[in-house]
Amino acid sequence: MTAIAGQKSGLTWAVHISVVLLVALWVFPTLGLFISSFRTADQIASSGWWRALFPTEQNLTLRTEPPGTQVQVGNLYVIEGTLFDAGTGQRAEISAWGTSARDISAYQPGDQAELRKGGVLTVQADGSYRLEHTEEFSGKRGPRVFVTAVVPPEFTLKNYETILVSGGATDNMAKAFFNTLTVTIPATIIPILIAAFAAYALAWMEFPGRALLIAAIVGLLVVPLQLALIPLLKVHNDIGIGKGYLGAWMAHTGFGLPLAIYLLRNYMIGIPRDIIENARVDGATDFQIFTRIVLPLSFPALASFAIFQFLWTWNDLLVALVFLIDSTGETTVMTKQIVEMLGTRGGNWEILATSAFVSISVPLIVFFAMQKYLVRGLLAGSVK
Amino acid sequence: MHPALQGLLTIAFGVGGCVSYFFLSNVIIDQVIFPARGAHIARNIRRANIIRPWLFLLPALLALGLYLAYPVVETLRLSLTERLPGGGSAFVGLDNYRQMLGEDKFWEALSNNFLWLLVVPAGSTAFGLLAAQLTDRIAWGNIAKSLIFMPMAISFVGAAVIWKLVYDARPPGAEQIGVLNAIYVYFGGSEAQQWLTLPFWNSFFLMAVLIWIQTGFAMVILSAALRGVPEDTIEAAIVDGANPFQIFFRIKMPQIMGTIVVVWTTITIVVLKVFDIVFAMTNGQWQTQVLANYMFDKLFRANDWGVGSASAMVIMLLVSPILIWNVYNARKEMR
Repeated sequence: MTAIAGQKSGLTWAVHISVVLLVALWVFPTLGLFISSFRTADQIASSGWWRALFPTEQNLTLRTEPPGTQVQVGNLYVIEGTLFDAGTGQRAEISAWGTSARDISAYQPGDQAELRKGGVLTVQADGSYRLEHTEEFSGKRGPRVFVTAVVPPEFTLKNYETILVSGGATDNMAKAFFNTLTVTIPATIIPILIAAFAAYALAWMEFPGRALLIAAIVGLLVVPLQLALIPLLKVHNDIGIGKGYLGAWMAHTGFGLPLAIYLLRNYMIGIPRDIIENARVDGATDFQIFTRIVLPLSFPALASFAIFQFLWTWNDLLVALVFLIDSTGETTVMTKQIVEMLGTRGGNWEILATSAFVSISVPLIVFFAMQKYLVRGLLAGSVK
Repeated sequence: MHPALQGLLTIAFGVGGCVSYFFLSNVIIDQVIFPARGAHIARNIRRANIIRPWLFLLPALLALGLYLAYPVVETLRLSLTERLPGGGSAFVGLDNYRQMLGEDKFWEALSNNFLWLLVVPAGSTAFGLLAAQLTDRIAWGNIAKSLIFMPMAISFVGAAVIWKLVYDARPPGAEQIGVLNAIYVYFGGSEAQQWLTLPFWNSFFLMAVLIWIQTGFAMVILSAALRGVPEDTIEAAIVDGANPFQIFFRIKMPQIMGTIVVVWTTITIVVLKVFDIVFAMTNGQWQTQVLANYMFDKLFRANDWGVGSASAMVIMLLVSPILIWNVYNARKEMR
């Protein structure tokens, strides 16, 4: 822009720095959730997510191998191995260790410690240990070892496995995910079709009362959803739909229509008059003009509305609570399940973060893939 | 039946039904009722063309009437009646409103809502304007814009989880895992604060979530408006020796005032309907109640349709000035 003319370079730097700060402020909260969803419960509870990218010092409670693995060397019984689970490939640097919960950093790596039950334990910095005793070890489990170790950053997909595959009834979101999808797709497609015909009539057909209807639709754009809840629930119960998908689809269709008609009409009115009048002169009926000319030309507006409606129905909580989810909870959607988890599993951030991220990942993909249409739709919807 | 299958069938029935309705109704009117042939050809064509717009509009009008217009009237009626045990209802005049006005929770919700109405549109518009103005000048502005715009795609519930993690508090001694408390403790705060239970201030922490979501919307619209400001007015200001701040506040701002008002009112409507954020984060406890959540409480927890409908009418009343203003503008534009 020409506004740059006459700018000092100091000010340009200030602009860059302010934008970086602004973007950081807007991205950080989501980033925190994203990173937390790849951490274990222990990691989340022991350090902030912003430290996840760097090695952290943690206090861990580990065990030696059970006495069953002991071998006899001369007159000593020996258990050897490494404290860190070899299977997961975990690597850490031990800075101090102890054998009692009361003094977890009593020894340095390489020191020898007398165990309370007898025997001598030596732990090295890399986690390998040697436990010796003159008598045979007994019991089911090996003694506990408390270590203070610098653990490198580590991420896991286990949370996603819990949420999508293996979790129990309250944790598993797979069903809610499909329920959400089931609500969303018909609720996005059907209003588009109904609205497109209405928008064409309002844009290109002459009839008495047209201006009044357009004004009414502008008015209905802002009518709060809240007013519709009880009256419609009553209607749904009276005609026998009750709570269920059909009711939710119809409600979403009704609530989405004003915006759909408004957006599409604003777009269709911009189609050059010549095209439509030429077609009329050539003998095309309104139905043909609509399906052959106006509908294909309105694709960008259809796409914008489809994205709005998709985001709105996917993210919706209120309509689902009132019109969809019955007492069996079979038709629960993700937003509702997350709200429930916030209540029952408020402290389990690994579950919460992962389920929230599963729920927002689909809209985010749609958002970044179709941003152009979204912006266009917003501009058509408000700057008129 | 499996819901996914039911969904597919609904799409098929819905789409097929709509298409065949529009197609068949047009065929019937053109071929059967008013055929464009025979003795009255001109009259028939004219009559068909009078009816056709209503064929196109009928499904939309039915849906709009049932789902948006009828509920306004019915809610008004419900707010003046009381449910009787056994099914019927009785007219009680303004009793529901009187009862509502006597409740502390209602006044708490109303005053919180006014606070939201002051803070959120102002905050979102100001941040949006700032972001729009700053990102317009730099090379990577579009990336910055799309990152600030991103929260628009996130559900209120998702945002509630995101911000609950930001506001999380751990007992003294433990390491803080919420960013806000980590910063607070780092800069010498005595101990972690439970931000969402701090009276009065907790509402602002909830508002921050909505500002975070709505700023992107404001930015996108205002950025387009700023680009529409004629360049010669800016050049003239530069020639006259205006500094960048003067250019922004004295030249650009007045020219995009109309757009700022549109953004402001749009966000105002979002604020009046705000429900999910409060429902998910505090559920109106610790004096964070807002009207929409108060209404939900009345309708579905207390099962009191009268007072619930009365509070819905209050929301409608607050929305109506904007509704009238929008309709007025739309009419002016069409003339």
